[in-house]
Amino acid sequence: MEHYHMNLNLKVWRQKNSNTKGDFKTYQVKNISSEMSFLEMFDVLNEQLITEGEEPVAFDHDCREGICGMCSMYINGKPHGPWQANTTCQLHMRAFKDGDTIVVEPWRANAFPVIKDLTVNRSAFDRIIQAGGYISVNTGNAVDGNALPINKDNADNSFAAAMCIGCGACVAACKNSSAMLFLSAKVSHLALLPQGEPERKSRVMNMVAQMDKEGFGACTNTGACEATCPKEISLTNIARLNSEYLGASLSADK
Amino acid sequence: MGLTGISLVLFLIVHAGINACIFADLVDPDENGAMFNKAAHFMGSTVLIRIMEIGLFAGILLHIYQGYLLTLENKQKRAVGYAVTYKDGSKWYSRSMGLLGTLILIFLILHLYHFWVSARFTHQGLDSVTYNGIEMHNMFALMKATFSEWWIIAVYSAGCISLAYHLAHGFQSAFRTLGVYNNRYTLMLTSIGYAYSIIIALVFILMPVSFKMGWIG
Repeated sequence: MEHYHMNLNLKVWRQKNSNTKGDFKTYQVKNISSEMSFLEMFDVLNEQLITEGEEPVAFDHDCREGICGMCSMYINGKPHGPWQANTTCQLHMRAFKDGDTIVVEPWRANAFPVIKDLTVNRSAFDRIIQAGGYISVNTGNAVDGNALPINKDNADNSFAAAMCIGCGACVAACKNSSAMLFLSAKVSHLALLPQGEPERKSRVMNMVAQMDKEGFGACTNTGACEATCPKEISLTNIARLNSEYLGASLSADK
Repeated sequence: MGLTGISLVLFLIVHAGINACIFADLVDPDENGAMFNKAAHFMGSTVLIRIMEIGLFAGILLHIYQGYLLTLENKQKRAVGYAVTYKDGSKWYSRSMGLLGTLILIFLILHLYHFWVSARFTHQGLDSVTYNGIEMHNMFALMKATFSEWWIIAVYSAGCISLAYHLAHGFQSAFRTLGVYNNRYTLMLTSIGYAYSIIIALVFILMPVSFKMGWIG
């Protein structure tokens, strides 16, 4: 692959905190290598801003390996930038060319208030998980691998749903700011396994109730979430969630 | 939204089927709308159908109410919008269901004024015709008279095209909302949905066009 260097114009959303109104600021970065990741390019920008005595741009990041779900930039009108099935940290500068203008915004949704610049508060997702999630804690000897038979299809579908890293790109992409793809991934992941069976009905009811409480919008099945999801969580999960919810509403004890 | 949508999908099949009786004229030019007039008379004079009509109006009103509520509430969930909006991930008509629904509503008001109000209440421009000793409205003649102007044909066509796009999203979305997630069924329902949207719109558009072009009537 061809290596090259580029000069870029960055239009970045700057916002002091959740109580102030933000606006776009334009910056120039020079001599950016096509080998750099998008976040490394932002590191260069921040070094530059610090040298100039300006406040660096705040942005979320952690593993920079595409698995933690912390990075969250809305780049040129798409969460996580132009590449498919990709996180911001795994977006590389070869996606751009010399002289490009890149517009970078935070996730925008009332349920994800901006903390600072490009950092948003996604704790609503944590509260949704807390409303119905579980973990299996085994004590004593290691459990026999096949002690609990699991249907192969269910195991596969559950694992595919468990790929969700909870980054919130689905909410950012959705015109309704709906968290249905996220929630459906969690509900599918937990409901398809035998360990999740005892609380299956109350879980989906509680998690949906929490989602509504957090102020996310309602799903209209446009499919924008699936198209931008870095882990390619399928829209099928949303239909499964609707089925789980409908079944639980009709038959739950309370 | 999904339930009312599916009930309206079923209604459209009946509506298109009965109205398609006008095309009997293509086979027998002396027919002059007899089959359609009789079908329309049956629909208008049967008690059970009239009760179902109340259900239909309730369904339409509920669908409109739910639709606007959903659109407005969802809009409020993002107080600060994006500078660059995300368009590649979804179809324009999936994102524009509120707008398409509004266009259909405008068309529907005109459509109800032309036929439903005339047949039920005002009898404006409506003659009667007698078959086998039974006197009934000549709805066929009313259609022919209504579809003599190009602007009406244009508005009807625009209404039907809006309907086609509304259905192209709505049909498959309704089944997802009701929890159909079997991949084979989803694929089947999506294909049926597209075919249904195109056929329904084409059949309806052909009606005013056929009158205006003199193919029937």
